[in-house]
Amino acid sequence: MGSAAHNHDHGHGHGSYLTPKGGFMTTVFDWATTVDHKKIGVMYLFAILFMFFLGGLAAIAVRVELLEPVRVAADGVITGQLFAPADQKAVGPGNEIYNRLFTLHGAIMVFMVIVPSIPASLGNFFLPLMLGAKDVAFPRLNLLSWYIYVIGSIFAVSSIILGGVDTGWTFYTPYSTTTGNEFGRVIFMVMGAFILGFSSILTGLNFIVTVHKLRAPGMGWFDMPLFVWAVYSSAIIQVLATPVIGITLLLLTFERVFNVGIFDPKLGGDPVLFQHFFWFYSHPVVYVMILPGMGIISDVLSVHSQKKIFGYRAIAYSSLGIAAVSFIVWGHHMFTSMSEVAGVVFSGLTFLVAIPTAVKVFNWISTLYKGSIALTTPMLYGLIFLFLFSIGGLTGLPLGTLSTDLHLHDSYFVVAHFHYVMMGGTIMALLAGMHHWWPKMFGRMYNEFWAKVGAITVFVGFNLTFFTQFFLGTQGMPRRYASYIDEFQIYHQISTLGSLILFLGFVIHFFVFVASLASGRKAEQNPWGGLTMEWEAASPPTEHNFDHEPLCKHGPYDYDTTVPPGWDPKDYPIPAENLKAAKEAH
Amino acid sequence: MTTMPSNKPGASDLLPLWARYRHGHHWRTKDEEFDACKLGFWLFLTTEVLLFAGIFVAYAIFRAKFPEAWAEGSKSLDWKIGGFNTVVLLISSYTMALSIYCFQTDQIKRAQRLLLITFFCGLAFLVIKLGFEYMPKWTGYFMAFDPALSHYSANIDSSKAMLGGLLQFVEGYGGKAPGTWFNYAFAESKQVPLWWSVYYSGTAIHALHVVIGMAMIARAYVRSFKGHYGSGHYTYVEITGLYWHLVDLVWIFLFPLLYLIH
Repeated sequence: MGSAAHNHDHGHGHGSYLTPKGGFMTTVFDWATTVDHKKIGVMYLFAILFMFFLGGLAAIAVRVELLEPVRVAADGVITGQLFAPADQKAVGPGNEIYNRLFTLHGAIMVFMVIVPSIPASLGNFFLPLMLGAKDVAFPRLNLLSWYIYVIGSIFAVSSIILGGVDTGWTFYTPYSTTTGNEFGRVIFMVMGAFILGFSSILTGLNFIVTVHKLRAPGMGWFDMPLFVWAVYSSAIIQVLATPVIGITLLLLTFERVFNVGIFDPKLGGDPVLFQHFFWFYSHPVVYVMILPGMGIISDVLSVHSQKKIFGYRAIAYSSLGIAAVSFIVWGHHMFTSMSEVAGVVFSGLTFLVAIPTAVKVFNWISTLYKGSIALTTPMLYGLIFLFLFSIGGLTGLPLGTLSTDLHLHDSYFVVAHFHYVMMGGTIMALLAGMHHWWPKMFGRMYNEFWAKVGAITVFVGFNLTFFTQFFLGTQGMPRRYASYIDEFQIYHQISTLGSLILFLGFVIHFFVFVASLASGRKAEQNPWGGLTMEWEAASPPTEHNFDHEPLCKHGPYDYDTTVPPGWDPKDYPIPAENLKAAKEAH
Repeated sequence: MTTMPSNKPGASDLLPLWARYRHGHHWRTKDEEFDACKLGFWLFLTTEVLLFAGIFVAYAIFRAKFPEAWAEGSKSLDWKIGGFNTVVLLISSYTMALSIYCFQTDQIKRAQRLLLITFFCGLAFLVIKLGFEYMPKWTGYFMAFDPALSHYSANIDSSKAMLGGLLQFVEGYGGKAPGTWFNYAFAESKQVPLWWSVYYSGTAIHALHVVIGMAMIARAYVRSFKGHYGSGHYTYVEITGLYWHLVDLVWIFLFPLLYLIH
């Protein structure tokens, strides 16, 4: 860190990047115009966490609404509607509010949280550091993409102020072209998603060029940390898939504004074409969401077990494999709206995804085998990820199988499945990464005990919320319904209880992070004993990242041959002599 | 990234800006930065291709489903106008490429002239597109000096002429507008409005790209007078060229699909 006053006079980038540049307004201006990838990463992180909070509130509202089924008594009194306007005579308006809430939850969580989450925040911060670079390839473009993200979010959120959208986050036509005419609410939401797409494309483009052109001297492709491989693979998908949603949403807007009719059956257009276009983006983007998370898990499991990653190349190639396969499976979102042959082909292709994914999971578990496992919070989240993601992945198989999908599609089984993958995968990995890199990002340690309490609370709450939904789904509860038969009530109550516990878990994490920023113990340069290059930088890094020209001298996971730089194992959760013994035995 | 003129007085002040260009601090050399900018821009062009892919896929699917509508729609376009515009864009691509070569070889004056020609070719394309194609099809008004007007001389309603006879109205020609405004009474196939949807979406998004390309060229032209580009540094002109060639290329595909095949 060094003394703030001492450093900022020089302005040569030797002080911490967090050191204020002057008074309050100067500092705000400095952050608002910064091209430093670290500051942009931090700004993304806070913006995304804020949107996560908004989307989370909508989710809690949805769960609370579902505590009781909507019922109309003989005397016309409506019960079980949380958000119905006063003296309501029909269930319609109250249910519509419910529809808007889940649309809001879905759209915010997908477009504003999970898609940008890991690459834009942790990726922005650590991709250049891990490559030994001073910045991303195009720093100004990076700042631009942050502003585009903010503008897109404002567009999307303003549709709520104008009354909300009830199309679901998928905007299926013809409903999305005919509903919500007042104030152009749907257009605001759709344009928001369109604008956010640009942000995603620019970030992906920036990362691809950075990986190609800014690796430190001596760093070959297979000396890169697996997080970089994963972010690189997802950046490829971002660049190749996002323009397709761009043109789709543009045509949807044309249809609303000019009535052009490419998706309008009245004019000979085809709503199924919209679904094909939409999923040609939105399926690959599922892997934009999960791949960076997988990268974090590769790094976290290796560092916190002080063991060389098992099957480095297999994990690296499987990231690219997932990216490649992701483009040919979109049809499994529309089994019922295409020919049987096409359905069989897409079903078969869908199973291909399981191969590279399983390669990763097996390699991670082999990495843990005989490692010096330290149950730190990042490691705990790594294990939670393995558990939840495996459930999420395996429940995808019955959905990819035509015969079982006929029964399960559009049910709570689907809801549970993708929450296990998206939240149990991506969000858990984000939390693993946030804890793993928190000391590097902010130069402060967090309270390990309370962080673990938070992690366990999240784990319990998550499973209560979503595991019950597998039962609901198999018994026939359709998704997106405000009401249900009485037999389902107990499941819905457990699920809602779980969601509140989950919320409590996030509140604990929030306070742990705030306490760390306010009064956390100062972090040393390399608290976990990592070998990747970001641990060679100071905690927090200086403005130019490294005080020397970094040189890649060892592989990212060579724990058996290399002593981690700047590592003092005395504060590490497992005693140093045990670690040493483990290394010698290895 | 930004150009930072040296603060020290001396001989370096006599050098043009491009010779004093300092690359971004995170690059090792200027060449690496140049390569990276080109790679990044090629990636961006990939996204543009995929954007237009949506239009082309819609075209292909509906063409297979409704061949009569597609034949009827494409017959109402004049291949001569489209062909002329193709030639205009091809010429502009040539002048653009030549302009980059001239910057590379420090023939700045010639490079600037070529940039200007490129810009005006883009403008000509837009004028033809809007004035000779969109306007008559949409409103029925032709410009008096439009050669196509001679085909419809029998249907000219001179009582509706506007701007002192500059705009002549042809009875029964207009109405081939997008969406709500489509009121072309003589459409034989029910799906003809769909053809016009694809036509207007595709060509309008392309025209928007022409405008963006022209803005980039204009910026390069203005900055070239301050000495930003020369043999030592011409990244921006290079990527402007790449963009302009893409704009040209998309039209090379749109033209035969929309105008030539029935």
